[in-house]
Amino acid sequence: MTDQAYNFAYLDEQTKRMLRRALLKALAVPGYQVPFASREMPMPYGWGTGGVQVTAACLTPVDRLKVIDQGADDTTNAVSIRRFFQRTSGVAVTEATAEATIIQTRHRIPEQPLSEGQILVYQVPIPEPLRFLEPRETETRKMHELEEYGLMHVKLYEDIARHGEVSTAYAYPVKVEGRYVMDPSPIPKFDNPKLNDSPAIQLFGAGRECRIYALPPFTKVVSLDFDDHPFQASKAEHNCDLCGCGTSYLDEVITDDQGSRMFVCSDTDFCATRQAEGHRGRLSPEAA
Amino acid sequence: MVMMERQLSAQAAAPLLSVQGLSRYYGARIGCKDVSFDLYPGEVMGIVGESGSGKSTLLSCLAGHQRPDAGGLSYNGVDVLALSEAERRRLLRSDWAYVHQNPRDGLRMGVSAGGNVGERLMAVGARHYGQIRDTATDWLGRVEIAAERIDDRPSAFSGGMQQRLQIARNLVTAPKLVFMDEPTGGLDVSVQARLLDLLRGLVRDLGLSVVIVTHDLAVVRLLADRLMVMKSGHVVEAGLTDQVLDDPQHAYTQLLVSSVLQV
Ligand SMILES: Nc1ncnc2c1ncn2[C@@H]1O[C@H](COP(=O)(O)OP(=O)(O)OP(=O)(O)O)[C@@H](O)[C@H]1O
Ligand SMILES: [Mg+2]
Repeated sequence: MTDQAYNFAYLDEQTKRMLRRALLKALAVPGYQVPFASREMPMPYGWGTGGVQVTAACLTPVDRLKVIDQGADDTTNAVSIRRFFQRTSGVAVTEATAEATIIQTRHRIPEQPLSEGQILVYQVPIPEPLRFLEPRETETRKMHELEEYGLMHVKLYEDIARHGEVSTAYAYPVKVEGRYVMDPSPIPKFDNPKLNDSPAIQLFGAGRECRIYALPPFTKVVSLDFDDHPFQASKAEHNCDLCGCGTSYLDEVITDDQGSRMFVCSDTDFCATRQAEGHRGRLSPEAA
Repeated sequence: MVMMERQLSAQAAAPLLSVQGLSRYYGARIGCKDVSFDLYPGEVMGIVGESGSGKSTLLSCLAGHQRPDAGGLSYNGVDVLALSEAERRRLLRSDWAYVHQNPRDGLRMGVSAGGNVGERLMAVGARHYGQIRDTATDWLGRVEIAAERIDDRPSAFSGGMQQRLQIARNLVTAPKLVFMDEPTGGLDVSVQARLLDLLRGLVRDLGLSVVIVTHDLAVVRLLADRLMVMKSGHVVEAGLTDQVLDDPQHAYTQLLVSSVLQV
């Protein structure tokens, strides 16, 4: 039921227009961080206010919305954002990746390949990939402008020097269409290959930092690496204990205080769909 | 004698850096005024003068850190002041290098010694970790830093080591022209002497062209082929180092030379 006290999807039309202009600019210059006037949202910053504003600007009454947090539809964060949009826009919601027209996500890209016409909205805490080595915003903007990205490889160099391999496992930096270096938000690097050449529109919103950036469909996205230390999209060396999948990204779950562990798909919809199709894992109940 | 020969062969070539009437003001105050000189390949130009005489201002205008208010500057025949910012910054990280007085200004303190040396390589496109590391190791050796310190951060280094690391970081891409602002300042005397020897060896081996600012006449005696003496933003005397120091013409230079001898 729609709460009539609010405009459709909470934000007023003026604000949505401003956001859409920023989004169009971001799509026109893939990987470039477009500043926008971030609005106060009725939730704290850590809850993805950037993603929520982008979703609000894209949502139409005929959309079907899916919200995931770490791949799961049922975490507090995902549930409250989904409820927020149900209340303020009345759009249909779903947990099925294939049925969603807009998917707002934190920390994952769904396992099920996305298709043309879908929009994936990422919540971004820190949009600037150069921040950790160069804290001055004026300087990082200049570095993007002049394509001075040597510093990104200094970070990877330091990783290898210290750990013997690139230890960056999340928010692994990418280069977009051979031009802008971009932070893909804290998705596991396992998901990085899915950024590349995706038929879906990918939008990134950073609320606290007031930045929007985007990947239009079929954009070339390459993870940075060294010739002798090529990028590897790693995951835990296990199969899912519930659906048996050997190729999905897994969460490790402690199951008792004796230290027993299990590995399960982080993408809950993907895992449930497979189980419904009859796939079984190591810890699946024997009798179906 | 050696210096004379170097001077002669250098003069035969075209100047690497050519400076004409360079001036820089801070409001009404003169930073440096109407400075002109040519620097030839392989030549070391010393700039001396008392505190506030405009040495750093001149150097930062030459190195592109500040824009002069008047005058011309060309490098290898190219008008440096007409370059786009992208071209200028490319020059700064490939052909040119700048050694700061305080190594903290020229190093990344949060990055390992190897990463500091490797940065310029990566900035110009090096993408092979093993080769970057080998080159960094080699350069640490050349500035007398033990290879096993490659993964330490500069904050764990002494002042002298930090300065040598800064030099390695700057020279690793084989620049042609190096600017140095008081590279031995702030170090104690024995460390200074060792650094000077090292610098002299590198300048000679690599055939570097250098503009070096100092107020230590011992530094210029040892390193500089030619010398410019500055006072109140103006160059008051210039010439071959030995000539200027042994037979100073300008009253201010005479004072400078005699005041050093008295110490
Ligand atoms: N950022 C600045 N703003 C205003 N005036 C400045 C600035 N930098 C330098 N000056 C002035 O310009 C003149 C030349 O200064 P500069 O720093 O070039 O001298 P210097 O020869 O390098 O001195 P030192 O040996 O102490 O380093 C001085 O009068 C100084 O006060
Ligand atoms: Mg100075």
